[in-house]
Amino acid sequence: MLQGWVIVLVAFAYLGVLFAVAYYGDKRAEAGRSIIANPYIYALSLAVYCSTWTFYGSVGRAASTGIGFLPVYLGPTLMVALWWYTMRKIIRITKAYRITSIADFISSRYGKSQMLGRLVTVIAVIGVIPYISLQLKAISGSFTILRHYPRIVMPAQAVAQPILNDTALYIALMLAAFTILFGTRHLDATERHEGLVAAIAFESVVKLLGFLVVGAFVTFGIYRGFGEIFRLAQQVPRLRALMTVADTGNTYGTWGFLTFLSMLSIVTLPRQFQISVVENVDEDHLRKAIWLFPLYLFLINVFVLPIALGGMMLFAGRGVDADTFVLTLPMAQQKEALALFAFIGGLSAGTGMVIVETIALSTMVCNDLVMPVLLRVKWLRLNERPDLSRLLLSIRRWAITGILMLGYIHFRAAGEAYALVATGLISFAAVAQFAPAIFGGIYWRGGTRDGAIAGLSAGFAVWAYTLLLPSFAKSGWLPASFLTEGPFGIPLLKPQQLFGLSGLDEISHCLFWSMLANIGIHVVVSLAGRQSITETGQATMFVDVFRRTQAPERSGLWRGSAAVEDLLPLLGRFLGPDRAREAFLAYARRRGVDSPEQLRADADLVAFAETQLAGAIGGASARVMVASLVQEQPPGLDEVMDILDEASQVRAYSRQLEQKSRELEAATAELRAANKLLQELDRMKDDFMSTVTHELRTPLTSIRAFSEILLEDPEIHLPERKRFLAIIVKETQRLTRLINQVLDLSKIESGSAEWHTTELDVHEVIRESVETSSQLFRESRVELVTSAGTDAGPRVMADRDRLVQVLINLLSNAVKVCRPGEGRVEIRLGVSNGFLRVDVQDNGPGISPADHETVFEKFRQVGDTLTGKPKGTGLGLPISRRIVEHFGGRLWVESELGKGATFSFILPLEVPAAKAGPELAQAAG
Amino acid sequence: MMRSFRGGHVKRSGITGQRLAAIFLMGCILLNYPILSLFTRPGGGIAGIPLLYAYLFGAWALLIGLMAVVVERPRD
Amino acid sequence: MGKRILIVEDEPNIVISLEFLMKREGFEVEVATDGEAALMAVGESAPDLVLLDIMLPKMNGFEVCQKLRADPRWRGMKIVMLTAKGRETEVAKGMALGADLYVTKPFSTKDLVAQVKELLGSGT
Repeated sequence: MLQGWVIVLVAFAYLGVLFAVAYYGDKRAEAGRSIIANPYIYALSLAVYCSTWTFYGSVGRAASTGIGFLPVYLGPTLMVALWWYTMRKIIRITKAYRITSIADFISSRYGKSQMLGRLVTVIAVIGVIPYISLQLKAISGSFTILRHYPRIVMPAQAVAQPILNDTALYIALMLAAFTILFGTRHLDATERHEGLVAAIAFESVVKLLGFLVVGAFVTFGIYRGFGEIFRLAQQVPRLRALMTVADTGNTYGTWGFLTFLSMLSIVTLPRQFQISVVENVDEDHLRKAIWLFPLYLFLINVFVLPIALGGMMLFAGRGVDADTFVLTLPMAQQKEALALFAFIGGLSAGTGMVIVETIALSTMVCNDLVMPVLLRVKWLRLNERPDLSRLLLSIRRWAITGILMLGYIHFRAAGEAYALVATGLISFAAVAQFAPAIFGGIYWRGGTRDGAIAGLSAGFAVWAYTLLLPSFAKSGWLPASFLTEGPFGIPLLKPQQLFGLSGLDEISHCLFWSMLANIGIHVVVSLAGRQSITETGQATMFVDVFRRTQAPERSGLWRGSAAVEDLLPLLGRFLGPDRAREAFLAYARRRGVDSPEQLRADADLVAFAETQLAGAIGGASARVMVASLVQEQPPGLDEVMDILDEASQVRAYSRQLEQKSRELEAATAELRAANKLLQELDRMKDDFMSTVTHELRTPLTSIRAFSEILLEDPEIHLPERKRFLAIIVKETQRLTRLINQVLDLSKIESGSAEWHTTELDVHEVIRESVETSSQLFRESRVELVTSAGTDAGPRVMADRDRLVQVLINLLSNAVKVCRPGEGRVEIRLGVSNGFLRVDVQDNGPGISPADHETVFEKFRQVGDTLTGKPKGTGLGLPISRRIVEHFGGRLWVESELGKGATFSFILPLEVPAAKAGPELAQAAG
Repeated sequence: MMRSFRGGHVKRSGITGQRLAAIFLMGCILLNYPILSLFTRPGGGIAGIPLLYAYLFGAWALLIGLMAVVVERPRD
Repeated sequence: MGKRILIVEDEPNIVISLEFLMKREGFEVEVATDGEAALMAVGESAPDLVLLDIMLPKMNGFEVCQKLRADPRWRGMKIVMLTAKGRETEVAKGMALGADLYVTKPFSTKDLVAQVKELLGSGT
């Protein structure tokens, strides 16, 4: 039943489902409703760490070393506990500076060095190829095995197969096709692939389920639980030895080194970096991941030992490779469906790893290896091309195919030399070389570009010498004596016992020496050299990222500008014109303008363009491209340090600033109050003006109206004609009075009035006022009484005319309110405390206390509504008050409704009251 | 659609980070020599499971459990 | 049928001139000297046109206009606002409140009479 075509069909169906999940995820992402914005999805996606190595290889490792398969999972468990600090920082840096790959990260940190980017990419590709080849081996092997059901045969040596018959080749091609489909449908500036993450999370579930089901089947189906398996195994001497580990330093050394190695790899493997950092959507997802991911590892390892032991016992002596137990055990028990499921689980584990790893590698190859070369060599041609996004995508597709082909070649050349796990560990050791550059980069400002290059190169060289070459030797590509006696017969240079260090397994040995070289040289070279300005800037930006980033788009160190007209097409070439325009539009809106054309060409815009571009072609290339547009003056070191040390300076001056800002607040509050007052006054002035114009227009209306009437109509009767003319005359007089008073008031208020201040005899002044008003009093038949006699009265310093004006104003007011025939107005004088006091009292209707101040307001007239509209301009009292106040006095009113009113003013006496007369007696009042 | 990353609340979660660092150290000790050597005696076992295995998986589970608790209940 | 005009103005001399002008054209004239009196007068005698000053005691002309316009009975009544306030804002306010015409003082007697006659001549 399990014929070849059935298996193939099911495999493609599964891959189809995977693709559908990815497609759905991408569509949801485009619609803005991401399905991966979920910590559980994130934690599951991290399980891409578990490839066929985990699915098949762990059992194989357990069969030979017992518990020795475990450190590779304990390491990540321990590491994620530290992720709270380290991974958070790495993610923050990556998001803030638009980093898109591990090569980008390292190159960006060390001064955006293209050289470093290239180096990292090359090391990554070389280091990971064995890892990819082991996936091919596992998938093709499992397919071959399953195909031969119900017989259990081990796959023949790969070399024996002619290429065109080699399933592994077709698997490699198919994987290439799928990877291209998954990862290169479009260019995303952030290099995120939401659909891919969804698919990976899905396949993590599938492989976990597959393994658990097989494990449960073996433990509880074939045997009767954990206890029985172990009990039975104890009875087999070889197996008993597996129950524990040898109590030797060697063992512990290996254990420790492997744990440490996997701690590093969980961060430095390109696929792990891609999934856990670049694809991360939300820093907070780390929370759940910190315990969910170790839990996943725990679960997928629970049944490893039972399967291994069970397989060993069941297949004793039959030469079945322990790496295949997960598949062959169900097969041996005739569980077809289970075996198929196990195959799918293994397929899932392998494809997940290959897809993500290859995408990550191809991105690096494109951005850090190919593009920089293309940009430099074929400069002119690339300059003319309007849209380079297609070129970028095709470069990546070729890279994916190339990498998989390299994996296949490695598989054919060296795939048989090692078991799955051992091959994987070689890759681990290779990518571990990135760790000093990364962790040093984010915590130590002193790491220089030269130091990183030197350290990386040294570590890689040691790795190649102690692991890669020996693997070739073990596959027969190099003479075996190379291993056993050292090159040219020098024992101290034996690749796996360098300088005589023996007793370590090859991985630990390699790790020790390579880390020693890497870290040592990195530190020494960094300390011995100096950093360039860019390096220093980048170093601080990385190490201090938490302090710096609330604003993701920092201007960085651009000093210069480029116009949008230049930047937009540049971006369009690499991102595609539509995406570029979208990005600029969003940026423009953030800066508060409507269209990108209105954006100011400043350093911020340049930095924005650079980060966007970095997403497509990597940070180093982006810098080169943008720099070609920008007329930039590189900042001097001093300026850079100034810019960057702002923070510390501010801290030092913060107390001063705080105080200054408090003072500023107080001043601002005062200013605000003053402004309000000014506005108030302004408004009042406007009111005054508008009232004045109104008052002026009113008499003018009558004058004009009657003039026109008289002009038009000669037939008007004489009495009426006279009446109208009289009105015209009266209104003219009214107008004149008003204009005079307005001018008067304005002059007094603005201080431009002329004052002729002399010594005055108050009695004389009163007499004069009375005389002038006498006509008015006679006409109104109001009585006027005054106590001012003809003798000399108190003397004040004042303007005679003005004082008379005041008195006349008061008197005429009094007359106007008194009822004809009954009215009585009295003028009283008094002296007290060096002041002269004059009262003008009438027996009119009085003024209610509420209006005592109102009467002194401009244009305000308080009239008895029964008598109709009050006469007068409404300006008399305000003018009088200002006159009195000008001479140092006060004018006020005392009155109650129905009891008349008394207007009083005081003026300072000119001479001390030495010549006081009988008036003094009244001073008591 | 990329949701912008949130500012790291490093200060607020300082205690969580420290606790996790403590768990890390604990794990390093528990899962390595010399503590490990205590359990490498042959024979023995818990419910039929050899001592070393039981210890390793048990310690592992313990660490995971502690991390879960620390992360999910930040302020005790 | 003689049209009736209500003059709402508190300046006596202006009242005299307006009264003269309107009577000369043959209209019946009534006078109110404050806002409240104006509303009462409208209620009592239903004039065809109101010459409405704005600066009035008790209730200003804008309010009067608004109240008149709010009443469905007076929908056909013409309202001419007369005032010394000539700022654009005031004009707009007046027109927005529903005045048919807004005249600033001092006004031309010829123009005012012509416009009043036109407002009363056309119309239902």
